Amino acid sequence: MTVVAPARERDARRGGAGLGRGVLAAIAIAYVAILLLLPLIGIVWRAFQPGMSIVGETLSRPEVRHAFLLTGIITATTIVVTTAFGLVVAWVLVRQRFWGRALVNAVVDLPFALSPVTVGLAAVLLFGTGGWFADFLAARGIQVLFALPSMMLVTIFICIPFTIRELVPVLEEFGLEEEDAARTLGASIWQTFRHVTVPNIRWALLYGIALTTARSIGEIGAVLIVSGTIAGLTETATIYIFTALEERLVARAHVVALILALTSICVLVTIEWLHRRTEEARSNA
Amino acid sequence: MSGAAQTLGIRSASLRSKDRRLAALRHLGLRAAAIVYLGAMVAVPIAAIVTKGFGDGLGSFRTALAVPSAGAAIRLTLITAAIATGINAAMGTLIAWVLVRSRFPGRRVLSAMVDLPMAIPTLVTGLMLLTLYGPNSPIGRALEGVGLQVAFTVIGVLLALCVVTLPLVVRQVQPVLLELDPAEEEAAATLGAGAWLSFRKVVLPAIRPAIVGGSLLTFARCIGEFGSVVLISGNRAGETLTAPVFIFQLTNQFRPAEAASIATLMFAISFALVLVTSRLIVRRTDA
Repeated sequence: MTVVAPARERDARRGGAGLGRGVLAAIAIAYVAILLLLPLIGIVWRAFQPGMSIVGETLSRPEVRHAFLLTGIITATTIVVTTAFGLVVAWVLVRQRFWGRALVNAVVDLPFALSPVTVGLAAVLLFGTGGWFADFLAARGIQVLFALPSMMLVTIFICIPFTIRELVPVLEEFGLEEEDAARTLGASIWQTFRHVTVPNIRWALLYGIALTTARSIGEIGAVLIVSGTIAGLTETATIYIFTALEERLVARAHVVALILALTSICVLVTIEWLHRRTEEARSNA
Repeated sequence: MSGAAQTLGIRSASLRSKDRRLAALRHLGLRAAAIVYLGAMVAVPIAAIVTKGFGDGLGSFRTALAVPSAGAAIRLTLITAAIATGINAAMGTLIAWVLVRSRFPGRRVLSAMVDLPMAIPTLVTGLMLLTLYGPNSPIGRALEGVGLQVAFTVIGVLLALCVVTLPLVVRQVQPVLLELDPAEEEAAATLGAGAWLSFRKVVLPAIRPAIVGGSLLTFARCIGEFGSVVLISGNRAGETLTAPVFIFQLTNQFRPAEAASIATLMFAISFALVLVTSRLIVRRTDA
């Protein structure tokens, strides 16, 4: 009897805990539903409310196509630059010890502390009238502000930390041994990098690229300031949404917004899925 | 014989030293590339902002605050950022705990939803909220009927901030919770501690640094948020105009000096916060 009673008591307590957990799960689900799920359903419903024809009609407009093209160009450039230099910075931070390393490490995180709007303002102060580089660029007839170069620069600035912060922990984890072994066996630097380093850091690199892609597709504050919003010329997809709303072209704004959101979600989901598959393959092997 | 071996030895040694010199050069080259990249891309723009913002020394901050409605914009940004951080610190911890410790249908969907704000463009987030809670939607009108107006009010600003920063605390706390041994909690429960007491005494001390770190990221993000806020806040000066939107307006009106002084002030606040809190975290983990 004395043994049974505590067991029953424990069961009762566990039942109570189960109820408590259920309530907590319900609160979590309700919070996420109010913040994300309902608004997501709302925008899908709104985008298709005028009928499917609005999608084709929006996508056939030259300014919409140009906006998507511009977003694509900026995103591609940002990925190439932040990945190439991100690899170099991460490698130097992990494999080298030098005076000022802590400072370099801190500078990598600075873009997180800055509002995108402030980044755009910095570009105006550097390249705009009376800016640091204004005379130099004007003398050579190079247009940076209110043109593609400044839009690329601000997007790169904002995306710099993503790849580096994904790469550094992985590089630290793998250490030097494998690279050293490959070098001792006569592999060149490039061979070592391609066949030893890259396979080890592949998923971190891809995840960094995915975050960079999502962020540069969605960037608005900085590009909006430096673009000068010249319709059909410096309008990215997000800027198109912004101006379309101002011009009360709500239906078109919804369609472009939905396409952008779906693209970014697809990129992230694909990478996470690929990641999970290789993890499973590795644990099965 | 021994002479040949010696020359061979010397040759390989000199080759090795040449190799080493090449490797050292390559290291220096990569380091230089890293420093030049970060210097040109990050340090120069920040220097431009700060030198312009500090144009007249500390006096320029007084000038910044003297700009009509600047003080109200900065106050609104700091207050809404603090409230949103508090909400998401609590809700983020709760969601992380539920994701790790509970098994229920829809858990994976919930986990995926939490990551969504990292993928959805912030402007689209703002548009989503405006579409659902705005005056043109039945839900928005229903809420207004109850006296709760979301769009173009401070509540709208808070809602937008909570959405875009949702993943930050969750993704900091979740891995720490995963590594935490449930046996400790069970031991506490066996010793008669209630669920809340064992959470407070056993779980919370372990995840506190993660909560603080995530909250810090949340606050810094809130202070600078533009895309999701600009559509839903209505941007009425002195009421719902946040500092980032104000900086945007000033820049567009060709008043970069005033914009830079407010931007520097905001940057100084978030930078000081990052510095102080990272020190706190380091000290706590050392102890």
